[in-house]
Amino acid sequence: MLPVLQIGPAAVQLPGLLLLAGVWIGSLLAERQARRLGMAGDGVERLILVALVSGVVAARLGYAASYPEVYLSRPVGLLALTPFTLAPDVGVAAGLIAAWIYGQRKQLPLWPTLDALAAGLAAFAVCLALAHLASGEAFGAPADVPWTIELWGARRHPTQAYELLASAAIFLLLLRLEAGRPFPGFAFGVFLALTAGARLVIEAWRGDSVVWFESLRAAQIVSLAVLLGALALLRRLAGASTRPGS
Amino acid sequence: MTHALTHMLSGARGRLLMAAVFVLSSAWIVATRPADGAVTGGAIPSPRAGFAAPEIELESLEGGRVRLADLRGQVVVLNVWASWCPPCRAEMPALQALQEQRGGDGVVVLGINSTIQDSEQAVRDFASEYALTFPIGLDRDGQATRLYQVRALPSTFFIDRQGIIRRVVVGGPLDPSVLETTVLELLGEGD
Repeated sequence: MLPVLQIGPAAVQLPGLLLLAGVWIGSLLAERQARRLGMAGDGVERLILVALVSGVVAARLGYAASYPEVYLSRPVGLLALTPFTLAPDVGVAAGLIAAWIYGQRKQLPLWPTLDALAAGLAAFAVCLALAHLASGEAFGAPADVPWTIELWGARRHPTQAYELLASAAIFLLLLRLEAGRPFPGFAFGVFLALTAGARLVIEAWRGDSVVWFESLRAAQIVSLAVLLGALALLRRLAGASTRPGS
Repeated sequence: MTHALTHMLSGARGRLLMAAVFVLSSAWIVATRPADGAVTGGAIPSPRAGFAAPEIELESLEGGRVRLADLRGQVVVLNVWASWCPPCRAEMPALQALQEQRGGDGVVVLGINSTIQDSEQAVRDFASEYALTFPIGLDRDGQATRLYQVRALPSTFFIDRQGIIRRVVVGGPLDPSVLETTVLELLGEGD
């Protein structure tokens, strides 16, 4: 774990730096993929930028809306450079809506665009796992297997390492699948299915799971829904591509 | 490989595959239900969000003792600082303002001076310069900063009324909006 890099007087938050690197690498990969698929690369790059900026602004405004007395008395707090005063659910929803509107306006084809984004998302997932390794977030449950690590007062499953291995494998697999995409949307569907499947498995060893219905891990239930949705999507797209005239 | 995948997904094979995924995944979810205490760090003292705040007892700047356990039942903003650290200086007025405005609501700011890398005279001058009224513990041997794994100054730990750390902010200066909203959130939980 290395959450903070002390460079002279500056305390650099390594997890944040890794996430920024993930956004940058992911954008570059998506742009490259878009060009390979015959699209304008800068269209996908701008789509990512629009989604990110809209998401961050909406997340801050959404958070501020919960504390109007604080932000009305001191509006400059809206500009604070901190990840703590964000409403992630509002940000994700706003980012997706903004990306959808931008894609419609620029007439970006849906499935090839999502295919172009898939490898970039997979690269971001690798950086996210590295950020978890650096910060000690997404930690494992206490265990007595030989490969446990000492973290947060107990010997725990190294779930951050499991996450890194899984995301790296998914990233490499997506790069291998590049050449043989049978239909538009294939890479994105495979990315969704594998990522959801990996989370469903790894969550079993997490020590910070949110629990639903008294004893079930929420992330596993959501992952199962995403996995089935991704498989259904792949089936539908595969069927559409083999129909006569498609 | 892609053709094999497409083949597996098509027709009755695809339906069977989805059914198998659903059944096996559901069995996995049920089989890996968390045991009691496996998914909460609340009972284990550790300096991170979701865990019990490690107990500290230090001599205070005023000469008495300052114990974190004595503040249980209040929202505690534990701030580790040193007088020579520019971001610590920058955020100190906001911490003092918080103590003045929210002190009566069940909020207490607890300053922990990293005295092992500071001087007590500098601490006194600092407290006087900023007219600090909240308790300040002197970490002369570095035990508290080691216990809280402080890697950068300032570091701030928001602790709820049950003694659980809910947010950790490494570095600074803290924006007053973060202080205010986090404290309001924790106070709101007690309503």
